Amino acid sequence: MITLTGQAFDPGALLTEFSRNRAETGAVATFTGLARAEGGEARVLELEAYPGFTEARIGEIAQTARARFALDDLMILHRVGKIEPGEPIVFVATAARHRREAFEACDFLMDYLKSRAPFWKKEHGPEGARWIEPRVQDHADIARWETPA
Amino acid sequence: MARVLLFGPLRDLAGWRERDLDPAPASVFALRDLLAAEDAELGAALSGPGVQVALDQMIVRGDAALTPRSEVAFLPPMSGG
Repeated sequence: MITLTGQAFDPGALLTEFSRNRAETGAVATFTGLARAEGGEARVLELEAYPGFTEARIGEIAQTARARFALDDLMILHRVGKIEPGEPIVFVATAARHRREAFEACDFLMDYLKSRAPFWKKEHGPEGARWIEPRVQDHADIARWETPA
Repeated sequence: MARVLLFGPLRDLAGWRERDLDPAPASVFALRDLLAAEDAELGAALSGPGVQVALDQMIVRGDAALTPRSEVAFLPPMSGG
């Protein structure tokens, strides 16, 4: 399931719900990304999505993960709009029979979300607002998955 | 009537997020020329490096033809999630 939300969310409650009623799943892995304060300054992050388009592109990333790893299920929840430091931005959960697939799929999904998901990020700081460019590291993270292991 | 959507820095530069153009220009190129004629700075940014165009939510090239009900989105380089 792929969801964009303008509301704050509770990762613990999502994990509880995601883990419910699974007879054959032996492993659930999750990742929660939080908005950093960046040195304690009052910074608010603003994420803009293209409704429909953004979910569809994330859906393609999810399909790639399902084709690559033996998953029972996955869930991606992403915040949009203004996000205060310390608040969760993204929650990814993967369910598989065995832990390795769950861990790796979660890692894979995050690397692709960080670099390929269609979001535009603006940072509101003490010196005004600025749009954030894609990070070189995010692209390097993706390269891990593109060469044969 | 074609609907035009701007995202990220393009929206701030233009000072608008969404506009309807009636009649719809013939192509993405024609639409961009029309916007550039009104606002040269925006026009330059729309043809800037890394700007992709989505027509009805699919990435297309500039010569893609518009219909009277097209939705055209200009997508500057994305920052990821």
